[in-house]
Amino acid sequence: MDILELQSLKKYFATQKAVDDISFNIKEGSIFGLLGPNGAGKTTLLRMITGIFYPDSGNIIFNGKPFNPMDDIINIGYMPEERGLYKKMKIGEQALYLARLKGMSKNDAMASVKKWFVKFDMESWWNKKVEDLSKGMSQKLQFVTTVVHEPKLIILDEPFSGLDPVNANLIKEEIFNLSKNGSTIIFSTHRMEQVEEICDHIVLVNKGQKLLDGTVQQIRQDFKENIYKLGAKVMAEHLMTYIFDVVKHEPDQMLLKLQKETTTNELLKYFINQNVAIHSFNEVLPSLNDIFIKLVEGTTATRQFQNIN
Amino acid sequence: MKKIKLIVSREYFTRVKKKSFLITTILVPLVIIAFYAAIIAITIDGDNEKQKVAVLDDAHLFNGKPDTSNKTVVFTFISNETEKSFVKKYKDLGYQSFLYLPSDTSGKSKNKYVLHSQSSVSLSAMSAIEDIINNTVRTKQLISNGIDPKEFDKLTNSVSLDNTIDTKEGEKKSFAGVAYAVSFGCGFLIYMMMMIYGTQVMRGVTEEKTNRIAEVMVSSVKPFQLMMGKILGIGAVGLTQFAIWIILMAGMQLAIPLIFPDMMNHINSSNLNNPEGISMVATALQGLSSLPLTKIILSFLFYFLGGYLTYASIFAAVGSVVSEDQQEAQQLVFPVIMPIILGFVIMTKAVNEPNSSLAVFGSLFPLTSPIVMMGRITYDIPAWQIGLSMILLIGSFLFFTWITGKIYRTGILMYGKKPSWKEMIKWAFAKSNPKK
Repeated sequence: MDILELQSLKKYFATQKAVDDISFNIKEGSIFGLLGPNGAGKTTLLRMITGIFYPDSGNIIFNGKPFNPMDDIINIGYMPEERGLYKKMKIGEQALYLARLKGMSKNDAMASVKKWFVKFDMESWWNKKVEDLSKGMSQKLQFVTTVVHEPKLIILDEPFSGLDPVNANLIKEEIFNLSKNGSTIIFSTHRMEQVEEICDHIVLVNKGQKLLDGTVQQIRQDFKENIYKLGAKVMAEHLMTYIFDVVKHEPDQMLLKLQKETTTNELLKYFINQNVAIHSFNEVLPSLNDIFIKLVEGTTATRQFQNIN
Repeated sequence: MKKIKLIVSREYFTRVKKKSFLITTILVPLVIIAFYAAIIAITIDGDNEKQKVAVLDDAHLFNGKPDTSNKTVVFTFISNETEKSFVKKYKDLGYQSFLYLPSDTSGKSKNKYVLHSQSSVSLSAMSAIEDIINNTVRTKQLISNGIDPKEFDKLTNSVSLDNTIDTKEGEKKSFAGVAYAVSFGCGFLIYMMMMIYGTQVMRGVTEEKTNRIAEVMVSSVKPFQLMMGKILGIGAVGLTQFAIWIILMAGMQLAIPLIFPDMMNHINSSNLNNPEGISMVATALQGLSSLPLTKIILSFLFYFLGGYLTYASIFAAVGSVVSEDQQEAQQLVFPVIMPIILGFVIMTKAVNEPNSSLAVFGSLFPLTSPIVMMGRITYDIPAWQIGLSMILLIGSFLFFTWITGKIYRTGILMYGKKPSWKEMIKWAFAKSNPKK
């Protein structure tokens, strides 16, 4: 079942089509990656999903019903890219306050905040102030305040920025946990290696439009270029053939691009017939990073201002 | 509504629980009182340090019995000296100055009286000595012309004019000075409160924006709720502070006579010479009771709230569009505080001429009315003016909150450059929600 369904959303600002007719669905319980270069319209899109902006046109269906920010806000946890906390407020009070603003009762909020503080070893922080925390610590607190009301949909905009690897792993594990327990996670970033590792499904947007939509595996398959890695000591005289091109030649391995009509077996047969000892052979799929760069390059990297009317 | 309540209570309690709140709330009246106490103490103390004046009375003006009561100088008569011989000695004998009255005076040539001193004599000592001489000379002349000095005092009594206001409840005595002071005080307080708490709202909003908590917040509550919560919370802080001040002031007013019993005596005794014979304190008390106190307090509350709410929403909008740069804030704040200052200026005129057309305009125009109307409130104002002024104020509060709410909504999520006035006006009048 889809927890979120976006139907041709549009949001134009004075000088930019920030989101220009974007539609996609997000399955309940999945980890969804929203990718795009800076200024692609990701934040605007997320602000519409969190009810901060109203779309100019299009529909948002949340949990099977038209999205109503007033009622649905308790089911959403949003950690914006521009995030922060009240510096002078005590940490425990702050977490409670944010939980109650989401609509939790005082007792529920207290119980849940305590649970999360125990989980992240933060009990001793309760009476400290946010200004006493290091950047990594306040990121952790920020994450806790985002998920403390146990929302169905958790939206994380660049959640790992500013975190060291240990804390990043802690949060990453928690993301997997939340997803296992049924929460849906929207994960917005331009760090592709994290996306490959975490996300089930991705959408790539650029200049306010959707460029890609699918699972990570599917997309990598779609963009494969028939490139294979061959582990073998190959001499130059072995390469006198038209069935493949050499992409990269190293002493004990090489990257080959097969011609369209060539099968892998023909390739292997060719090397076997040449008496080359093969110790490994596998297909190389493009990384999301390569796909991302390929799609986004060529278009002007930064958005230009345009007249809307 | 539940969320606004949460925000209001956070804004309220984080401010009220701060040490600085307690300190300023309690210290400010204490400092004011200490200041007045110091002034009073200095004036009382002044009497103890009387100027010692040596007098060589060759003219036999005083006959050794000068009337120096209530003056800041003490005369000591010396004899067997001449002006020339004593000039060299008076300082060593502990006198600050030396008054020489030569013998050949008929009273007309008082210029010949000379006051010697090492450094220039203070103005008050000078006038005290002059008064003593003048009084003595006048008494002497009166007697020599066959007039009883006491009769003369009766004849020259100055006239006092009482202003009686005819109201439905009967005649009331008017005390122009007290009415003036109360009007001015109320207007000034509202002016101060609007400035102080208005800028607090602005700083709070800018803080939320620069701390980057604004976006976290508006994903939970509507921007309008966030803005109103802050405004109401800070307004409640203002009222609390105000209430504490009133209680403290009242307490102090009662306590001062106990701490300085001399002071009251001093005030009373200094007025004994006053032909009216009424002490200042009594005048003030009578004056206060002649004023419509309930009306003043109720309108103070109304105009404080109305003025504060109107300006606070404007300040919130300004706070939402500026970023870290304080200078940007200064530029934007200036046009906002201008009408407040204008109101204050009109108010200072209105307390003198409460029914001038400028005062009437100022007390109707909603951006100045909270201050100006308070300046007129102790005088009799036509009911329609108060009613119209209140309606206009409520209307402008609703209008400004509606407009600034929209600027705020856009402003708190904008980072980077400061928007131009044109852009802000665009936001203000943009359709809020085309879909619903």
